[in-house]
Amino acid sequence: MSLASLEWGRTAGTGRKARGFRGLVVDVPLLVILLAIVGIGFVVLYSAVSAETPLLLRQAMRFGVGLASFIVVAQIPPRYLRIFTPWLYLLGIALLLVVAVEGQIGKGAQRWLDLGFVTFQPSEILKLAAPMMVAWFMHERRLPPTFPQVIAMVLIVLVPALLIFEQPDLGTSLLVVAAGGITILLAGISVRVMLGVGALGLAAVPVVWAYMREYQRARVFTFLSPESDPLGTGYNIIQSKIAIGSGGLFGRGWLNGTQAHLEFLPERSTDFIFAVMGEEFGLLGLLLLLVLYLALVGRGLYIAADAQDTFNRLLAGALSLTFFFYVFVNAGMVSGLLPIVGVPLPLVSAGGTSMVTLMTGFGMLASIHGHRKLLAP
Amino acid sequence: MAGPSLRLKDHWQEQRLFLSRIIAAAIIVLLLSVALVTRLVQLQIVDFQRFSELSQGNRFRIEPLPPNRGLIYDRNGLVIAENLPNWELVAVGEEIDSLETTLLALEELELVDPSEHNTLRDLVRSHRGFERVKLSNLTEEQAATFAVRRHRFPGVDIQEALVRHYPFFEASAHAAGYVGSISAADLERIDRSNYTGTSHIGKTGVERAYEDTLHGKVGYRQQIVNAQGRVLFDPTRENRAGGVSDVSGVETKWPVPGDNVVLSLDMRLQLAAQEAMADLRGAVVAIDPRNGDVLALVSMPSFDPNRFAAGLSRADFVALNTDPDKPLYNRALAGTYPPGSTMKPFLALTALQNEALSPDSEAYCPGHFSLPGQTHRYRDWRPQGHGNVNMHEAIVQSCDVYFYHLAVALGIDAMAAGLRQFGFGAPTGLDISGENAGIVPSREWKQKQFARREDQVWFPGETVITGIGQGYALVTPMQLAHAGATFAARGQRFAPRLLIGTEDAVTREVHYPEPTSLERVVEDDPVHWEIVHSAMVGVTAEPRGSARAAWQGANYSVAGKTGTAQVIAIAQGERYREADIDERLRDHGLFVAYAPAEAPRVALGIVVENGGGGSRAAAPVARKILDAYFAAEGYVASEP
Repeated sequence: MSLASLEWGRTAGTGRKARGFRGLVVDVPLLVILLAIVGIGFVVLYSAVSAETPLLLRQAMRFGVGLASFIVVAQIPPRYLRIFTPWLYLLGIALLLVVAVEGQIGKGAQRWLDLGFVTFQPSEILKLAAPMMVAWFMHERRLPPTFPQVIAMVLIVLVPALLIFEQPDLGTSLLVVAAGGITILLAGISVRVMLGVGALGLAAVPVVWAYMREYQRARVFTFLSPESDPLGTGYNIIQSKIAIGSGGLFGRGWLNGTQAHLEFLPERSTDFIFAVMGEEFGLLGLLLLLVLYLALVGRGLYIAADAQDTFNRLLAGALSLTFFFYVFVNAGMVSGLLPIVGVPLPLVSAGGTSMVTLMTGFGMLASIHGHRKLLAP
Repeated sequence: MAGPSLRLKDHWQEQRLFLSRIIAAAIIVLLLSVALVTRLVQLQIVDFQRFSELSQGNRFRIEPLPPNRGLIYDRNGLVIAENLPNWELVAVGEEIDSLETTLLALEELELVDPSEHNTLRDLVRSHRGFERVKLSNLTEEQAATFAVRRHRFPGVDIQEALVRHYPFFEASAHAAGYVGSISAADLERIDRSNYTGTSHIGKTGVERAYEDTLHGKVGYRQQIVNAQGRVLFDPTRENRAGGVSDVSGVETKWPVPGDNVVLSLDMRLQLAAQEAMADLRGAVVAIDPRNGDVLALVSMPSFDPNRFAAGLSRADFVALNTDPDKPLYNRALAGTYPPGSTMKPFLALTALQNEALSPDSEAYCPGHFSLPGQTHRYRDWRPQGHGNVNMHEAIVQSCDVYFYHLAVALGIDAMAAGLRQFGFGAPTGLDISGENAGIVPSREWKQKQFARREDQVWFPGETVITGIGQGYALVTPMQLAHAGATFAARGQRFAPRLLIGTEDAVTREVHYPEPTSLERVVEDDPVHWEIVHSAMVGVTAEPRGSARAAWQGANYSVAGKTGTAQVIAIAQGERYREADIDERLRDHGLFVAYAPAEAPRVALGIVVENGGGGSRAAAPVARKILDAYFAAEGYVASEP
């Protein structure tokens, strides 16, 4: 096997092709599962926003942009993605600084950037750029990483995470840390280092606590004891648990959820849409959605396992696992397992740039799988 | 393929490492998923029932449906208390753009009292969401004023509410009582849940005594509301709104209206008594001796109970409460007066009962009396005296000296026992509250009453004056009427009562409870009764009778006794006012009577404060009342 043969897979018409129809790179299983989840999401959203058309149209537009991004990104060979990575990362950091300096006020926090024709959250870029940057960093280095390398990767993740945390946006900064952290873990740091970092993390808890905003601390308190403040910060989680619990096995039926329709459930089209689904479609509905999510994660992990270089492997694995992390954090917080951190349910919750970010990420997965070079058996 | 650099990577090893990581990750993913599913199973299967109930509780709001208060009728079916529709101005804070502007505009239209501006503003703000807050009562005219401008006031509306109304105004005030806003003290004595949605409660009289009967049972309706409290579905209004498709399980429990009550009052007699007492202070009680029914209960001056039902301002209440004539004071039940000579028939019967005196034995009345060995003279009201008088003449002419002798012969303890058997010295057992016990003095009473040893000694002179109802003795007009009725019934006593029937508001069935008998006066000798009775008839009929002037030309016979109570000090702790000191130091006039004498159907107890004596002040009032009563009944005198 010569190095020249690495170019072999690109020769049209030879060997197995991982390309989709009409020469486009689209990972069909990935796309099918995505469409199924987004379809279910629309059904639930229709109920959650009480059939309010403008909201639904906006969500459809977001999905349209996301799908376009998915397809475009899927056509870009991964090595170009790798080459762009540092620039994307630096752009994200720069935009975060811009937002911090003169960003517009949105929901009491400085998160949004107005580009004239569209507003978006620069922190969304980092959800992708942080794991990409870690993967980029390790790409030419030997696995597992040495301790100084781990420190470098931790810094790559922590710098944007702290900037986002300062906005303040606990949810997104956690997601960035998760995405970057997962990448570092996949890079194969030794168990000993993992334990050391874990111990450091535990030691950091009081420090983080000292730097937390009042509302963020309140969220932790609320998580620990939601009933202590039923009309204040505990209201959301109490109503959310009532919604899910009253759904039972089969649910109350589409459009029949009283918790959602009578406005007891807050944020029902965004962060708490999982509860709407639980109320109207019951345990069976939620299980179906979870199975689809797991299928998506499974496909992603398969792509990661099948990927051919460090950057691709790490990126594919990180994107898949981060996606699961989103699902777990949202479902966990809505069902009262985790504190409320303002993480939307991926592909289902309305709003934000997260739909586009997610679809872009899946586009990268499709690209990694579709552009892999097939070696002779 | 040996690369030139140290960066050479061992692809196979790296792939193995990476694969193991991916597999570990997949296992973690599965474990977390299992945790999540476990949580969902716990919420949706294990705790389903609880959350389902919580969800129901969330969307249902229970709105109380207050019961309609029972009506009050007089014995002939005239309405004494009813519920009339009234317009109320209400506000829903959530729907008002600018509360300040709205209130100012309403004040300009004179629909809201400007002096309550701040109170109302805070009231509306303190109510969350879509709750209705009452701003004011509206007259018909004001309601119309608002109705044409309603579009200018989003969030403000008029609604109908029932308000208690007393069509006889002052005339029923002291008997039927009135309702008023529920106070903190009221809350202590009621079942709060049964009063949710109710703002008023019986405060005095029948309204208070029969509160439980009149109030009824509260109902409720469940409404489907959203988180802000906006009503989306109300089964009693049949309006469905905003996405509520499942209305199963929405319950309505209608309230049970209060029972109507029928009073013993005969409003014709009540009005006659009211009119006879016009411009006077005092009280009239009329009782049917055959069963204790209170036919009239008047205390003058009176007040308009409707003012309390509609809501009395603090200032108006203070004005009523501090009025020197004390209109709120129920003289008929709580007013205590020295009974004077009205006690004489009861003491005479007691003397006969105890065989202390022979009815035929005479006493010489020189116009004064002295105890043996003492020089103090107890005066007769007639300075020249009555000459030789027997019991009959002593009652007819109200000879004091005869009764001084009688008192000495009986002794204070026998007198006290005799008066108590007629109901003096204790509440009569009337079915509304507010009765005073009065005083029947005795040795025992004096010992209990006074703290200092030297004050506890009973003096013989005190026995003497008790014989003519002076001294410590105090009676209420209710006791006087009750004793008169007892005498009329020859000792048969009934607890006076205002309620004679309750009408079930739903079935319309009327239940008439039996009158309550009390321990009777033990005097079996009809001759004794007859002696005193004929003397009482003589009071109104014989030439020398003390009340003869009042009954000239009457076509019915009356047995009665006048009484005059000297007012030495201002009675009843009233405020000392120099301007009326002369008028208020005049004697109280009292009268006890029953008629028709041969078959009594009504007994009267009358007190006219500062009226100047029983013959002059109280007997003419009795004449007017009985005339009106018998005229209304079409009474034809039986020929003797």
